Amino acid sequence: MGVFVLVAKATESMPQRFAPAATINSLAVPDAVPLEIRDVVKSFGDRRALDGVTLELRPGEILGLLGPNGAGKTTIVRSIVGRVQLEKGSVRVFGRPPDDAQAKASVGYVTQEIALYPLLSPAENLQAFGRYQGLRGDPLEKAVGESLEWTGLADRDKEKTERLSGGMKRRLNIAAGTIHGPRLLLLDEPTVGVDPQSRERIYGMIEELRRNGVSILYTTHYMEEAERLCDRIAIIDHGRVIALGTKDELVRATLPAARLLTIETEEPLTPELAEALEGRGASITDSTVQIPVTEPAREIPDILAIFRNDGARIRDMALKTATLESVFLHLTGRELRE
Amino acid sequence: MILAVARTHFAKLKRDRAAFVLAFIVPVVFFSVFASIFSGSSSRAATRQISIAVVDEDGTPNSRRFVEALKREKGLRVIDVQTLPDGRKAPIVDAAAAEGMVRRGDVPLALIVPKGFGSAPIRFGPATGAPAIRLLADTADPIAPQVVSGLVQKVAMTSMPDVMAQTGIDQLDRWGGDLTPEQRARLQENVASLRSQTSGGTAAGAEGGLVPVEIRDVLGEKMENPTVAVFAAGLGVMFLLFSAAGAGGALIEEVESGTLDRILSTRVTMTQLLLGKLLYLSCVAVAQLTVMFAWGELFFGLELHRHVPGFVVMAVATAIACSTFGLVLAALARTRMQLVALSNLLILVMSALGGSMFPRYLLSEKVQKIGLVTLNAWAIDGFMKVFWRDAPLSALAPQVAFLLAAGVVLFALARRLARRWEVA
Repeated sequence: MGVFVLVAKATESMPQRFAPAATINSLAVPDAVPLEIRDVVKSFGDRRALDGVTLELRPGEILGLLGPNGAGKTTIVRSIVGRVQLEKGSVRVFGRPPDDAQAKASVGYVTQEIALYPLLSPAENLQAFGRYQGLRGDPLEKAVGESLEWTGLADRDKEKTERLSGGMKRRLNIAAGTIHGPRLLLLDEPTVGVDPQSRERIYGMIEELRRNGVSILYTTHYMEEAERLCDRIAIIDHGRVIALGTKDELVRATLPAARLLTIETEEPLTPELAEALEGRGASITDSTVQIPVTEPAREIPDILAIFRNDGARIRDMALKTATLESVFLHLTGRELRE
Repeated sequence: MILAVARTHFAKLKRDRAAFVLAFIVPVVFFSVFASIFSGSSSRAATRQISIAVVDEDGTPNSRRFVEALKREKGLRVIDVQTLPDGRKAPIVDAAAAEGMVRRGDVPLALIVPKGFGSAPIRFGPATGAPAIRLLADTADPIAPQVVSGLVQKVAMTSMPDVMAQTGIDQLDRWGGDLTPEQRARLQENVASLRSQTSGGTAAGAEGGLVPVEIRDVLGEKMENPTVAVFAAGLGVMFLLFSAAGAGGALIEEVESGTLDRILSTRVTMTQLLLGKLLYLSCVAVAQLTVMFAWGELFFGLELHRHVPGFVVMAVATAIACSTFGLVLAALARTRMQLVALSNLLILVMSALGGSMFPRYLLSEKVQKIGLVTLNAWAIDGFMKVFWRDAPLSALAPQVAFLLAAGVVLFALARRLARRWEVA
């Protein structure tokens, strides 16, 4: 009952529209592609952070950058706001270089950290970042008021930001990056550390932005976020785009069998067993094996025979439809949350 | 548990190598600065010379002997030419010119040998009516008049022993009964012998107050509380430096919190960001100085209301210079620990050398010259001109020019250092 009441309250105060769209920046060239990244290379010391990344964000779409920590997602985002000196390649925002004033005006950046002034109130934070984006006077006050409504913080606009809950700070963090009405929004892990209820509200805000025609680059390592929000997904690993497409395209291209047999063994696999399974297109991590299966009734007995002949003891076994997670595991050989 | 807490902090200190090194360097450097200023420096102290403008209004052989002996005195540097406002050099013709030099701060003291001095330079008895030597003093250095007064006694007696003996004989003759012609002849012979031995000038040993000296404080005499201006200027600058360094730490906070990342993705450039911070820091610094000087006026007799234009000019120039210094420190330090260690080191050394902790006239000339590289020295000199010398605004040009030039150079340095935050 308590849970039900909470959910009902949250729904009541859900923002109904993304008001700052009224001030959407007119400087952006309407026909230009929001974001083009071509063959971008960047190293930090000996470590290659980006290794020939090429991406294009289409108008009005949400493109998800999915990858484990350290894959290069944040470096891609920082290169779009001109904070990374590229060794090779180019980045264009509405056809302009990232440090161009018009490009900057058309981009909103929501950092992974809660980059707000903790001692200022939500209204003061929004005013500060609005001014940094060139808003003044009535348009600024209007955008601040609308952003407070949008984030559901209108009744707490005078409190110190440090006193807000984690979810509220996250929403304010998004509003601080969108107060000037950007046409291209960079969301860098906007739901990290947020409880499921607050996450729902943030999803609502992002979907509203999409309805207003904002193109969004969305980095995350939450699979369900990428599946739910993103029109297309780029899987990033070791600084490379290893797959790009809609969820269905990725699954079809990576796992044409559309079903995955997952087997867990009691002990790690012997090299002979691993070799035999890889011959059947399996991906192996420690003692877990995923094998694409087209005709389960015919193929599964053969696969089990391989295990039996090796003497490996099976602890668990499941047959599943391929998901984004299985695509990721298949492509990288790793769980996403490593 | 206690050990666990301490261990964590040691681990953090070990990771922050620069802070680790600075934590040990700061006290050692600071100790060295003080040690080299004050200890083992009996020889340095002895080499401290007091500059003094001398005017001989008497022009008699005795007064000339006296002035020549002053020039030979090691503790004094006698200056008998002045630099006019147009840059020309000219002799110091009268007491008014010498007083002008003291007021401008060219010399801490002027010595006037008055008319009639030569007839009775030394007194053993009651006042003979002969005028006293006048010392026109800038008591910003309260020690110099006392030292010079003593040196005058020494110089007079060692340079004119014959005059001293003659005066003694006259007194004896006058008060002790008539001398026989034979006694008189032998005494005169002895006086002649003393006169012939005085070419050496300033033989040591004579002491006492036999040469009348009148000290006049030409600058502080009209002030309610003259020393407060000196303290306010010195301490004010030191605290501005500390508070600018602390506030500059906000830049490190911005890096840590990610707001810097966000700001630099907006239309704000790094130069604009630093200029914005400079404006903020300078406004706070001017407000701090105003509060401090107003407090001085209310409770310690500092005459702020009489010096508002000069105060404003110096406060703004000092605030800008100190704020840019704070920005450089913040841009230089990579962690808060480094910032604290670095600012303690630099600000304490600057304050010691620049006159914020003790007057620079206590230091040897060499160290005084080194002190001129500090913001403190120039700011204090400027405030002293305003509050102590009642100098016109135009007289602040060197101090304001130095502080603003330092501000420009330091800002350029901070901008250069901040490049590491702009792009990776």
